Amino acid sequence: MSIRYGLLALLDYGPKYGSQLRAEFESRTGATWPLNIGQVYTTLSRLERDALIEPAGERDGKQQRYRITENGRRELADWYRQPVDRSHPSRDELAIKLAMAVGTEGVDVGAIIQAQRHHTLKAMQDYTRLKAQALADGGPESGEEMAWLLVLEQLIFSAEAEARWLDHCESRLMRLAARRPARPRTGTQPDDTGAAHDAHDEHHVHDDEHAHDDEHAHHRITGGTTA
Amino acid sequence: MTSPTAASGAAPILELRGLGRVHGSGVTTVHALRDIDLTVSAGEFVAVMGPSGSGKSTLLTLAGGLDNASSGQVLIEGTDLGTLNKSQLAKIRRTSIGYVFQDYNLIPALTAAENIALPRELDGISARAARKEALAALEEINLTEVANRFPDEMSGGQRQRVAIARALVGDRRLVLSDEPTGALDSETGEAVLALLRKRCDEGAAGVMVTHESRYAAWADRVVFLRDGTMVDQTVSPTAESLLASEVKR
Ligand SMILES: Nc1ncnc2c1ncn2[C@@H]1O[C@H](COP(=O)(O)OP(=O)(O)O)[C@@H](O)[C@H]1O
Ligand SMILES: [Mg+2]
Repeated sequence: MSIRYGLLALLDYGPKYGSQLRAEFESRTGATWPLNIGQVYTTLSRLERDALIEPAGERDGKQQRYRITENGRRELADWYRQPVDRSHPSRDELAIKLAMAVGTEGVDVGAIIQAQRHHTLKAMQDYTRLKAQALADGGPESGEEMAWLLVLEQLIFSAEAEARWLDHCESRLMRLAARRPARPRTGTQPDDTGAAHDAHDEHHVHDDEHAHDDEHAHHRITGGTTA
Repeated sequence: MTSPTAASGAAPILELRGLGRVHGSGVTTVHALRDIDLTVSAGEFVAVMGPSGSGKSTLLTLAGGLDNASSGQVLIEGTDLGTLNKSQLAKIRRTSIGYVFQDYNLIPALTAAENIALPRELDGISARAARKEALAALEEINLTEVANRFPDEMSGGQRQRVAIARALVGDRRLVLSDEPTGALDSETGEAVLALLRKRCDEGAAGVMVTHESRYAAWADRVVFLRDGTMVDQTVSPTAESLLASEVKR
């Protein structure tokens, strides 16, 4: 979804080739969510199918320039106007992990929380160093540099929220620990309502791709720029 | 990389060895800190995180020579604080250590500039030179307008920044700060962290207590305390990124 509108937004500045779009998307987001050129072309052909963009001029060998259409402009304006939907949150692997771990015998929830906190803090340290670089020498000058700083800070604030949530889980669990006996792992409890969950899973299939992206974003950014 | 190497090779400024602190006795015994080993080198900035009551302030007051350990040692630039008499300890606290208290600890009867200048005057530099330094420190934190105000004429955030300026004047090799961002909004808090970070990049050793991960993330290393014990720490990123760049080549 966001790639589609991201490319549309870039085309709003003027006609571009796929390779240019890819480069500009990445410089604005600091290669946080790198695109492969295949993704760009797939998205472009869908945008063309939906009449949101059209070829601009003749094909230049393998390359084709595209421009945004009136429909495309309208769709882009709608996107800017509407808030990003948060009412159908994507599955969060960490939340699922803690939900499974809590009360399960032989699983040390405290250790899971600390391992995650360590990892999350580490990622925040890396983002913060990149941020300090972005702020050095008077801070961002171009729109692209500003965009990159905003994206970095989004990563920092999200990680902070996660760290705070982990702190909260830990203190809540510590208070609860004394009162609740652990649930045995191999018990005689009836099976869960699997069917309903499966239906839900299907609905969110594409979310997993995003989750996967996020998981690797950190390594991509920091691997590329900090060393 | 913005921060120069703080990893291996740099001189240790602060060393905690098997450090412990016990309050009370018998059934009321509280182990505020147990068997802490921690070395902070020149150029290194360490954040200490942990829930309330986990021993963060205790660790800092011991490191700053403001309290006596029940066991173990505190070494500052190689000197064991336990071997010093009162006046030697006072001198080391004044000349080597900048301390930002959780509750600012400004002297109510002195203006902001006088509060900042006081430790320098005690060091023996002239009142004029000390005032000049104080004003420069206030300028660095964008707070020249409060120079002649008394603590009760400043906002909490201003008082906190003055306390930080006081800890940073002079050439203190060890900067200890306890929740230095407590009363600050997000942007001012960040400016304070940038200041502490800069001081460490210039060669000081820094230890900061905080419960906010966004601020801890400015440090080279994050140490986690639970019930007085160090349960975990992140590896200094400088060391890690050195490794990473080696792998790449
Ligand atoms: N003077 C004291 N007498 C008794 N107990 C104390 C004293 N100072 C600290 N403690 C106890 O030591 C523990 C650690 O305190 P502290 O270092 O202030 O924690 P933090 O700064 O992490 O909140 C707490 O349990 C606290 O109650
Ligand atoms: Mg405290």
